[in-house]
Amino acid sequence: MTPVLAKRVIPCLDVRDGRVVKGVRFEGLRDMGDPAEAAARYDAEGADEIALLDITASHERRGTLLDVVERTAKATFVPLTVGGGVRDEADVEALLAAGADKVSVNTRAVEHPELVGAAARRWGCQAIVVAIDAKRRGDGWEVFVHGGRTPTGKDAIAWSREVADLGAGEILLTSMDRDGTKDGYDLALVRAVSDAVSVPVIASGGVGSPAHLAAGLLEGRASAVLAASIFHEGTCTIGEVKRYLSAAGIPVRASEQAA
Amino acid sequence: MGNVFSVVRALEHVGASGVVVSADPDVVRRAPRLVFPGQGAFRDCAAALERGLGAAVRESIARGAPYLGICLGLQALFASSEEAAGAAGLAIFEGTVARLRGGPDEHGGSLKIPHMGWNTARPTRPHPVLGPEAHYYFVHSYAVRPSDPGLVAATTSYGEDFVSVVAKDNVLACQFHPEKSQRAGLGLLGRFMSM
Repeated sequence: MTPVLAKRVIPCLDVRDGRVVKGVRFEGLRDMGDPAEAAARYDAEGADEIALLDITASHERRGTLLDVVERTAKATFVPLTVGGGVRDEADVEALLAAGADKVSVNTRAVEHPELVGAAARRWGCQAIVVAIDAKRRGDGWEVFVHGGRTPTGKDAIAWSREVADLGAGEILLTSMDRDGTKDGYDLALVRAVSDAVSVPVIASGGVGSPAHLAAGLLEGRASAVLAASIFHEGTCTIGEVKRYLSAAGIPVRASEQAA
Repeated sequence: MGNVFSVVRALEHVGASGVVVSADPDVVRRAPRLVFPGQGAFRDCAAALERGLGAAVRESIARGAPYLGICLGLQALFASSEEAAGAAGLAIFEGTVARLRGGPDEHGGSLKIPHMGWNTARPTRPHPVLGPEAHYYFVHSYAVRPSDPGLVAATTSYGEDFVSVVAKDNVLACQFHPEKSQRAGLGLLGRFMSM
C-alpha cells in the first residue's frame, strides 16, 4: 500500500427526472438506469467518491432530486457530491440534509459569486465544489453556464483562481469540447487549472479508456478523475481502472479492499 | 465533511440501534456510548462544548463509556487549536492541534491543503477497534500533536507524518471519516459498537 494520498476515481451519474442519462456534448440523452442502484454498484466496486449531477430542466422537480440523493446516500459509504440547479443556501442545505457530503455550484456561482463564500463559511470549504464548464476559445478557455448553453465571457483559468479564493474546496472542471466524445480529457485545460489553484481539481469530460484517466492524473496533474460512460456502458469496471492506474505508477486505493 | 446523518446511517448499517443525534448534555451524560463527529470549525465546536456539553462529554468518558471521535471529535479532545486562538477544547489529552505543514507534491508543486481524499492510516500498535493498515477518507487542514507519544495509535503521511488516530482506554479518535471510508470504515464502526 502506497503511503501517500491516493488519486481519486469518481464515477459520475448525470440524472434527469430521477434517472441516469448520458449524452454527447451535453445533448442527445439516453436512459442508463436508476441512480441509487448504479451508485451502490460503483461503491462496492471501489469508487472513491460518487458524483450525482442533476440536469433536470425545471426547478419544480427538485423533490425528485432530493429523493434520489437520499436513496443514493443510503446505498453508499463513500463521499457523495451533488450538483445541478443549486441556486441559494437553502438548496445547499436541503441537499446536505438529504445526504450529500459536498454540493456543487455552477451557474449560480457565476451569477452570484458571494454564494460560494457564504456557503463555504457556513458548511466548511470542503462541502462546496465549484463546477466549471469550459470551452476552447483561441489560446484559452471560456466559461459557459446553463448546462453549456450560455457563454459568460469569463476566462476559465482566472475564474478558477477566483472561486478558489472565494472558498471553493474543489473545482470540478469539465471540457465541453470533449464531453461525451471519448477522445480523452482536454489535458492542457486540466493542467492549466491544476497549476493555477491550490485546491484539488477534478478532471471531467471525454473519457473513453483507462489511459485517459491516467493522462488526466499524470499530464493534467488532477487530484481526481471523473468519468461517466465508460462505467455506465461497462467498458471497464472501477476495479479494472484502479489496476490500470496502479500499474502506471499512480497511487490509488486498491479496490480489492472494497470489492 | 461532518454530515452527522452519514454517521448515523453508517452506524445503523453495522447494526447499531437506537442511535440518537443530540447536543443535550443530559442525553449525552446518559448515553451508553458516544460518537462525536464534530462539525464545522474548532471555534464553533468549542463554543458548543462550553454550553454544558463539554462537561457531559468529560463525565461520560471518565465514567468509561466508549467514545469515538471523528475529525473535529478527535481535535476537540485537546485543549486548543491553532485554528482558533483562545477557543477551549475538552483538554482530556495534553497537546496541540496544528495546521498541516504541507510540502512539495510529486510534480514539484505544493501539496494541496486541505488534505482531501483516501490515505493510509498505519497502526503503530495493535488496537481492537482500529484494525489493520487501510485506506480511509480524510478532509482536514489541521492535525493533533499529542504530548504523550503513548496516545498515538496510527499515523498518516502527507508532507509530514501526522497522528491520524489516538487511543487510550475507552477513547478512540480518528482524523479520517470512517462513515465515508467504505468497508474499512464500516469495519471500524462495527468493532466500536462491540467495544
